[in-house]
Amino acid sequence: MRRGMDVAGLALALASAALVLVALLMAFLYAPREATMGEVQRIFYFHVPSAWVGFLGFFVTFLAGIAYLARGKRIYDIIALSSVEVGLTFICMAVLTGPFWARPVWGTYWTWEPRLTISAIQLLVYIAYIMLRSASDNPGAGARFAAVYGIVAFVTVPLSWFAIRWWRTIHPDILTGGEGMATTPRMTQTLMFTLLAFTLFYVTLVRQRVRIERAADEVARLRTEAGGR
Amino acid sequence: MGFARKVLTIVRKDIAAELHTREMVSAMLVFALLSLFVFSFALDLQGNVAEAAAPGVLWATVAFAGMLGLSRSLAREQLSGCLDGLLLAPVDRSAIFFGKAIGNLVFMAVVEVALLPLAAALFDVPLLRPGILLVFVIGTGGYAAVGTLLAAIAVNTRAREVMLPILLLPLAVPLLIAAVRATALLVEGGALAEAEGWLQLLVVYDLVIVAVSLLTFGCVVEE
Amino acid sequence: MPRRWSLRSSPPLLPRRERGLWGEGQLAYMIETLALRKSFGPRAALDGIDLRVEAGEFVALLGPNGAGKTTLLRILATLTRPTSGSARVAGADLAKACQEARRRIGFLSHRTLLYDDLTAEQNLEFYARMYDVPGAATRIGELLERVGLTARRAELVRTFSRGMQQRLALARTLVHRPTVLLLDEPYGGLDPLATRVLSDLLAELAGEGGATVVLTTHDLGQGLALAGRVVVLSRGRIVHDAPSRELEAGSFPALYERLTA
Repeated sequence: MRRGMDVAGLALALASAALVLVALLMAFLYAPREATMGEVQRIFYFHVPSAWVGFLGFFVTFLAGIAYLARGKRIYDIIALSSVEVGLTFICMAVLTGPFWARPVWGTYWTWEPRLTISAIQLLVYIAYIMLRSASDNPGAGARFAAVYGIVAFVTVPLSWFAIRWWRTIHPDILTGGEGMATTPRMTQTLMFTLLAFTLFYVTLVRQRVRIERAADEVARLRTEAGGR
Repeated sequence: MGFARKVLTIVRKDIAAELHTREMVSAMLVFALLSLFVFSFALDLQGNVAEAAAPGVLWATVAFAGMLGLSRSLAREQLSGCLDGLLLAPVDRSAIFFGKAIGNLVFMAVVEVALLPLAAALFDVPLLRPGILLVFVIGTGGYAAVGTLLAAIAVNTRAREVMLPILLLPLAVPLLIAAVRATALLVEGGALAEAEGWLQLLVVYDLVIVAVSLLTFGCVVEE
Repeated sequence: MPRRWSLRSSPPLLPRRERGLWGEGQLAYMIETLALRKSFGPRAALDGIDLRVEAGEFVALLGPNGAGKTTLLRILATLTRPTSGSARVAGADLAKACQEARRRIGFLSHRTLLYDDLTAEQNLEFYARMYDVPGAATRIGELLERVGLTARRAELVRTFSRGMQQRLALARTLVHRPTVLLLDEPYGGLDPLATRVLSDLLAELAGEGGATVVLTTHDLGQGLALAGRVVVLSRGRIVHDAPSRELEAGSFPALYERLTA
């Protein structure tokens, strides 16, 4: 474990902070006022990227799980759990901003809109994953089970997506997010930029979390050695 | 001597054990009946409301009763370390998976055979059509597969049976949506062709789940 | 007088090719491990085990709780995979040919590995099928008689006493005529009858039967009585490995104390 200042981490943190700040400014100043929904539509620039990054976190966990089962190296397990923790935060943001947007625009807190629903399902899966990890007595077994769960859960997400979409087309009661809005190039740019900012933020957080976990492992290892003597 | 033979041996073993005690299937059955009653009271299911709600109520009941059986079936292997007995034998881990999953499917099917006519009578809904039975077969098969994999994980945690619903239900969403929609379509008198899309989703779900389970079951049961 | 039988008196089970594998004898060791290590997280249960057991040896594996005895046996039985290092049992490399190894290994522990809700007979039938044992019906009959459970063959295992269950577990271990027996504290909680049946059978199998046996136990007395060789494990390492005749009866407890301090 290299001592001294974590230059890369600092650089990443500063870059993320800068990008998120710019994204905020763009969302409020650069993007135009939406025709039908008004100012509240600006939540869209945080709601959608949060959902995407949440899904990205899930995808990373899926890959890390496969790597862990194939190679057995602890680092993959650490990446998986870090990605889950950070991804969970983003998914929570997505699920919470949904109602804030839905209420003024459509008059109801929750809509069974496909994107919102799939985010809610991912939220439940993330929580299940975390509960699974903490419910295992043997840490090695816990890592294995979590890896398997991450893999199985991930492959059901596209299937859930299709199922929910077809279900909602049969009973469409509320206009889905993107279709109800008139989009201009400025809006797309803001969205893309916010997505970039959030992704970088995700990477920064995951990297930090991985470092913390590795430090914790190191402490445990040193303790065991000291205890053995 | 045959992968298939060993799978059948495991299935027969589970059925023989159940025949001796009959505790698991009877518990599942009683729970399923109680569940139907509770839903009927809670949702005030009569007449048209009953017909619209029946597919959903039925599949929710099957899902919950199924979990009882799944937990019990895997817990049985944990007792006296029997899972070690299976792992010691020269048998593919995937054969163990198939054996347990098919066994679980059989038990769920037994419960459904009793449940469907009863629900049909209770809600005055035509459930005993070939199309609907097909949906139940494919749907229950997928549920038994994903349930077996997850129950094998759940039974090794501190929380045991309590863990299974938390793990299983979010993953069963596509299966439950598709099964309920397909059943509803067929109950309303639609032809099988109309429910085709949903049936395809069910089949894809089943195939994906079985494929993933075959690849990962070994990692779950072995250290 | 119970009918004597041994592994060799039964018709040859192995196809010609496999018998050639051992018959022409360059099977150097029946059990062989090289730098075997197993860690559970930061804790190392086994820390570099090099063990060689020849065919027909009876090894007593002793050591305090947490020394790694059970872990070692489970690795040899293919129930657990080592973190590093390799092992060969009955000529099969456990990493590459573990199914082959499984056919020749019998594992007995204090957990019976029996289904409570099946009869004694059904349990043995199940395992006979899982191991592809030919002539299963006869074999099961023989085994039940040998462990003294013929009268209870059609009763559910949950009605058996601990001693009866362990006797049946012993029958289960032997149903496929294994040549390597791995026994993890098999005497735990047994009544005198079961203890005697177990000891008698082990003596027969090891002597005339030519089985290779590794037995772990807490009880120094039991361990030394049957074994030709004593291996002591402490904190994941082998600290003593010598023929049991080199040990004088009285001095071993003191030696053991020192080794495992």
